[in-house]
Amino acid sequence: MSFVEYSDFIQDGDVAIVYLGHESMMPVKVQKGAQTQTRYGVLRHSTDLIGRRYGSKVTCSKGGWVHVLHPTPELWTVTLPHRTQILYTTDIATITMMLELKPGSVVCESGTGSGSLSHAILRTIAPTGHLHTVEFHQQRAEKVAEEFKEHRVDHLVTVRNQDVCKDGFGVTGVADAVFLDIPSPWEAVRHAKAAMKKHGGRVCSFSPCIEQVQRTCEALADQGFEEISTIEVLLRVHDVRTISLPVPDFGSDPSAQTEPDAAEKTAPASAPIQDTVAMKATVPPREIPGHTGYLTFATKPRTS
Amino acid sequence: MADNGDDESQYRIKGGDYVVLKRGEIFKAVQIQPKKKVIFEKQWFFLDNAVGHLYSTTFEIGSGGVLQLRKLRDAESSTDAKEAGTDNRNIVDDGKSQKLTRDDIEMLKEQGLKGQEIIQQLIDNSSTFRDKTGFSQDKYIKKKKKKYENTVTILKPSCRILAMMYQGREPGKIRHLRYDTLAQMLTLANIHAGSKVLVFDTCAGLVLGAVMERMGGYGSVIQMYPRGEPVRAGVESFGFPAHFRDTLHGFPICHVNALLAGTLDTTAKDPSAGRAFFFLNKSLRNRVKVLTSCFFFQAQEKKVKQEEKRKKLAAAAALLEGRNADGLVIASQYQPCPVLMGLLKFLSPSRPFVVYSQHKEPLIECYTKLKEHGGTVGVRLTDTWLRHYQVGFKL
Repeated sequence: MSFVEYSDFIQDGDVAIVYLGHESMMPVKVQKGAQTQTRYGVLRHSTDLIGRRYGSKVTCSKGGWVHVLHPTPELWTVTLPHRTQILYTTDIATITMMLELKPGSVVCESGTGSGSLSHAILRTIAPTGHLHTVEFHQQRAEKVAEEFKEHRVDHLVTVRNQDVCKDGFGVTGVADAVFLDIPSPWEAVRHAKAAMKKHGGRVCSFSPCIEQVQRTCEALADQGFEEISTIEVLLRVHDVRTISLPVPDFGSDPSAQTEPDAAEKTAPASAPIQDTVAMKATVPPREIPGHTGYLTFATKPRTS
Repeated sequence: MADNGDDESQYRIKGGDYVVLKRGEIFKAVQIQPKKKVIFEKQWFFLDNAVGHLYSTTFEIGSGGVLQLRKLRDAESSTDAKEAGTDNRNIVDDGKSQKLTRDDIEMLKEQGLKGQEIIQQLIDNSSTFRDKTGFSQDKYIKKKKKKYENTVTILKPSCRILAMMYQGREPGKIRHLRYDTLAQMLTLANIHAGSKVLVFDTCAGLVLGAVMERMGGYGSVIQMYPRGEPVRAGVESFGFPAHFRDTLHGFPICHVNALLAGTLDTTAKDPSAGRAFFFLNKSLRNRVKVLTSCFFFQAQEKKVKQEEKRKKLAAAAALLEGRNADGLVIASQYQPCPVLMGLLKFLSPSRPFVVYSQHKEPLIECYTKLKEHGGTVGVRLTDTWLRHYQVGFKL
């Protein structure tokens, strides 16, 4: 198992995702002799997990069962322990494509936070790319570095505990893409420019407030970035349900009785044949999806 | 991989390259061929002069359709502290503020003035320009640029650029797949280097190309196709290095049931002799010899092609047989439910799949079927909504 390569069987040391039910999952560090408590009972790692195929249905001590899934960055995003507010898959997917990330890309990111986006970047740039990620909080930097190791992706990433606005990313002229998710991204724009390859590249800044976006756009334009564009992406989830719609009764239709239909005659005149009709439909979400942040993209032109 | 080496060559335009032409928000994918006339935004020109320059270079289209390097001076330099007004309360739109007539502008064009110069002339001859607000001035310039600019930028293709291009130019060809939707699909399907992905794409090959870009030439992609030959035009536009082709396989879905039942025969058959029997008298025998040998060579060529086709089919079948694919992406106008149920069988346990449809109702059918059938978790029906924001700032 690794977050950048699939494997088929659960092994000691893996991080697996236990799927308990709709919208209910948890990550598990697989360890010989260890146990994990779930609402369906206890999972004994040595007997229930190690050696089993990913995707298996596993019965727990109380008799209930769960599914054990191979980790992916998407599953990690919804199960990881939050140390900060994180980016969710909808924004992550947009960022990945708009920054043109692919195997071999070199990316600079700050702040690392809880590592949600970091894992997605690593998955996309493997096996030949590299992620330089900067986090100014010491414990968070250490925690995320630990996770990269457990997830077997540490060879693809360098974590630096410093302030990107003051000290930059720790590298210059190597990045194809830079991502900023910090309170004052306009202060890091010149460092982003320095970190990028002279051939040019893409930059993205994520900010919840439009005032931050405004200052960042100004800084980007000032530093010579082009194609500056700010967007927002929202996800709507459609709930598929069987709905039951009552059918109106317009009274018995005299013109319809010219049909020599035996069934009509035998049906009791008082009760209608069908008073509801069932069909599959989607129910719109009850709330408008919440705002996460604005994504500002720009292109650094070639600097010879 | 040569792809991410630091050498300049990957950043230089070469003959035969697939590129994307850009002006403002308009894109067009073309291949650089010697002396080939290209049409873009109502202008004809040749791309020969672009060869050797770096990607993302902007050129002026000179007379005769010849590309010339745009001088940096011509670029956005006229944005230094312009005189501007505060609002439009005193600006009367009487259509008389521009002093240059149509004929005047034509004359400027004939004199060989560049786009940027014409725009400057229009600004200088506008009685209301300096009263407009800064934003209004930018808007005016943007509008004039669209009309008079004579430039074209040559970009290296990427999924982002091609997806935006198709959406703008030929959305019907890609079943109206928006680029934000494509972005979601690639991430949700966990497309990454080294995996084995099945793709059922009738979106001109854009989705297939996007998947291949995210695989970087590692692993394998099997294009399942409905009939005839697999459509790969969109893939060509990505301009992938040649070795990427080794990772791309094709398998016609008409053989899926046979493959699953174990009855698909992809072994080589005994070569059958070319059937050309001519019984003729002596006088025509020589001519007949030539004819039969031609026929024989054609039959040989056909056999070689058939053998190649058989080999490719066998290779794809071998990849599918194990029913251990890592990902499945479906994007087509075909009814998605049977496509999905038919191809799910090839997926390993604990692997994601994504189905795109232009319409919601066919996906409701998929969702319902998946729930009835069992064996899948985390099924969700979603769509994204993307909006651009106009951010104003003073520089």
